[in-house]
Amino acid sequence: MISGCRALDLTDDNGFLCGKILADLGADVIKIERPGGDPSRRIGPFWADVPHPEKSLYWFAYNSNKRGITLNIEAADGREILKELVKTADFVIESFPPGFMDKLGIGYPALSRIRKDIILTSITPFGQSGPYHNYQTSDIVTMGMTGILYQTGESDRPPEHMSIPQACMHAGADGAVGTMMAYYHREMTGEGQHVDVSMQQSTAWFLANAVPLWELNGVVLKRSGSFRWSLSSSQRQVWQCRDGYVFFNIVGGRTGAKTLYELVNWMDGKGMADDYLKSMDWDNFDMWRADQQMVDRISKPIEKFFQALDKSEIAREAAARQISICPLSTMEDLLNDPQLKARSFWTEIEHPELNTKITYPREFVKSSENACETRFRAPLIGEHNEEIYGEIGLDKQDLVTLKQAGVI
Amino acid sequence: MSKGDKKGIFDGLIITSFCWAIVGPLTMKFFADHGATVIRMETAKRPCTLRISTPYKDGEPGINRSGYFNHFSANMYSFSLNMDSPQALEIVKRLVSRSDVVMENFTPGVMEKWGLTYDELKKVKPDIIMLRQSGFGLWGPYAQQPAFGMILAAMAGLPNFIGEPDGIPLPVGVSPYTDCISPRFAAAALIAALDYRNKTGKGQLLDLSQFETALYFIMPALLDGAVNGREPPRLGNSCPYAVPHGVYPCKGDDRWCSIAVHSDEQWANLCRVIGKTDYIDDPRFNTMRNRKQHEEIINELIIEWTINLTPEKVMDRMQAAGVPAGVVKNAAEISEDPQLRHRNLFWPIQHPDMGLFTHLGPSFELSKTPAQPRTPSPRLGEHTEYVCTRILGMTDKEFVELVGAGVFE
Repeated sequence: MISGCRALDLTDDNGFLCGKILADLGADVIKIERPGGDPSRRIGPFWADVPHPEKSLYWFAYNSNKRGITLNIEAADGREILKELVKTADFVIESFPPGFMDKLGIGYPALSRIRKDIILTSITPFGQSGPYHNYQTSDIVTMGMTGILYQTGESDRPPEHMSIPQACMHAGADGAVGTMMAYYHREMTGEGQHVDVSMQQSTAWFLANAVPLWELNGVVLKRSGSFRWSLSSSQRQVWQCRDGYVFFNIVGGRTGAKTLYELVNWMDGKGMADDYLKSMDWDNFDMWRADQQMVDRISKPIEKFFQALDKSEIAREAAARQISICPLSTMEDLLNDPQLKARSFWTEIEHPELNTKITYPREFVKSSENACETRFRAPLIGEHNEEIYGEIGLDKQDLVTLKQAGVI
Repeated sequence: MSKGDKKGIFDGLIITSFCWAIVGPLTMKFFADHGATVIRMETAKRPCTLRISTPYKDGEPGINRSGYFNHFSANMYSFSLNMDSPQALEIVKRLVSRSDVVMENFTPGVMEKWGLTYDELKKVKPDIIMLRQSGFGLWGPYAQQPAFGMILAAMAGLPNFIGEPDGIPLPVGVSPYTDCISPRFAAAALIAALDYRNKTGKGQLLDLSQFETALYFIMPALLDGAVNGREPPRLGNSCPYAVPHGVYPCKGDDRWCSIAVHSDEQWANLCRVIGKTDYIDDPRFNTMRNRKQHEEIINELIIEWTINLTPEKVMDRMQAAGVPAGVVKNAAEISEDPQLRHRNLFWPIQHPDMGLFTHLGPSFELSKTPAQPRTPSPRLGEHTEYVCTRILGMTDKEFVELVGAGVFE
């Protein structure tokens, strides 16, 4: 859709997803790494568990569809080359600490002098200014400052962190939205601007009803873990099945009655629904007011029922009955998921130097007009130096000189 | 409230939005906050589920009193239309003919039932862009399954990453977590589609699955599964290559501070802060691998220090020494957070039923075209007359007749 656009992607893992989304939408995204490779290439997991900078699956995942060059922007020659590249670019994306680019003389004011309508997108833990902007952080620290960590975990235990980094995902995706907005504005007016994304803000942006609950009821939403609290009882929401776990909330009324009636029918078909369950009026059942005794009477036979079933049967029946119950998918389940298969969600991408193909998500949106597919693997270190530097008039001899000077 | 005075990026753009619950409104927020006329198609016969969700102003239920609904819908218009009335389809089509985009996030089948598929919309407006954003996408064996937050997150495998190694997998604490994932992907794609239309004159259909976009947030683990056959281990709060790494209890009720040490230098700084400089070179703790072996002892040492201090004190003293640390904030603390205030995450806006009420603001900043609070979340049907007379060009007489026929219920 935006195949005429070019982005220079200077981000590390804090900002990878931004460039990935733009690349999938068709932009020519050039990943710029320091000579020798970006430190984020050491983030695992690794292909065949070989810890090597060109075998990081983390790097592969978020840098496919990007080309790659090496450039030391802390060297004067490197900055001059960057400025040449900026003339050919629509977007510059970066995730350096606030002020770092300014100090090098390549912050937004400098870049906009080189190319008036340039869009600079900065992705940092807390944003470019404000009381926390220079704070040191790590995903567990940032997530703590978003409200999500506090609410995650069992009620009688410490908050539990999600072990795969998330704040960078919210911010990276927001970076893509902000860049596209700024681009739309530029196409309308010719004006460029600076997009300032904060990982804390992007992640704290969605806390469901926690903020209004505090504002209107003075209630602080706590962790509830495998149980869910209502006004009057606690209800299981993570259930065991024969080969894994099932996620399911007992909710009546408009949102949940259909699921409960169907579940009881399903149980009854296997002779596992008792008279109490069969007599329930789910349309008028209000889980916010049901007392603990009632919740326990409902839960017991359901618990038994799930324990006797396999994940695959639960998934199949839930889909056929169109109800809101699902087994927890493992990575293997997802790679074989019938829904994802039906939509050709997975694609195989060639990695010739590893003599293999690797499975990737194909596309995040299906467009009737444009292909948004993952087309090629992430770049090797400096893979496109010759190609891209050639475009701005550097010949092979220049590259040899720059290589020896530690610039590329 | 402060009226927006600057021009918005999407001024003049009209979006007819059959959006409901959370996913649709969050997607539309990116457009409404930047000037687009986002017209939410609603009906009192079957109100948006958030309109009938707690918490309510003063605890009194009411269609315009839900804090959940009103938190997310600043700057949007509400158009009330009874889709069962014989005139409804014609009115929608008139609106479509004036629109740039039609958006919806129902389970597939609802728009089909009304005859509002992309093919039909195209007949009315050849360059229309239609964004469909259901739980599982428009086709496939799960397409008709209802998609509620916690269920979708489990289906996408997210709880595998939460919990103790010997415990069970746990849901993300914000249970409809995936609801905020697809809106970003959808908004980026929709802006790209608008730009493409502006340049080529071609509209399009965008089919986006909430389930599929959620997988982009755990992509490396999926590649690890595909390549190495590995399932993600549950790690509690520990990290294989950083010690200490965790959430530490502080002074007060259920108060905690995260601390993460990724280098020897940070370890030395932490030791200075807690007044245990002899631990810097202690052979049990002097390298990351040694610290990993003695992680439990280290955690106990840190707790001895944190337990007598507020998490704010712990954060301030650690940060002053360059050690990553942060208060584990609850929703009350988030609404007061000085950094988030600095960035206008929340907009206090006067609302006719709610009084001065916190509406959600932007998730990022644009230096020249900031998101602006213009109007509070709409009352149900608040803009029906405005849209009919000002956008559709109905005469007052025509409008009054339709009102009399119960079309706008």
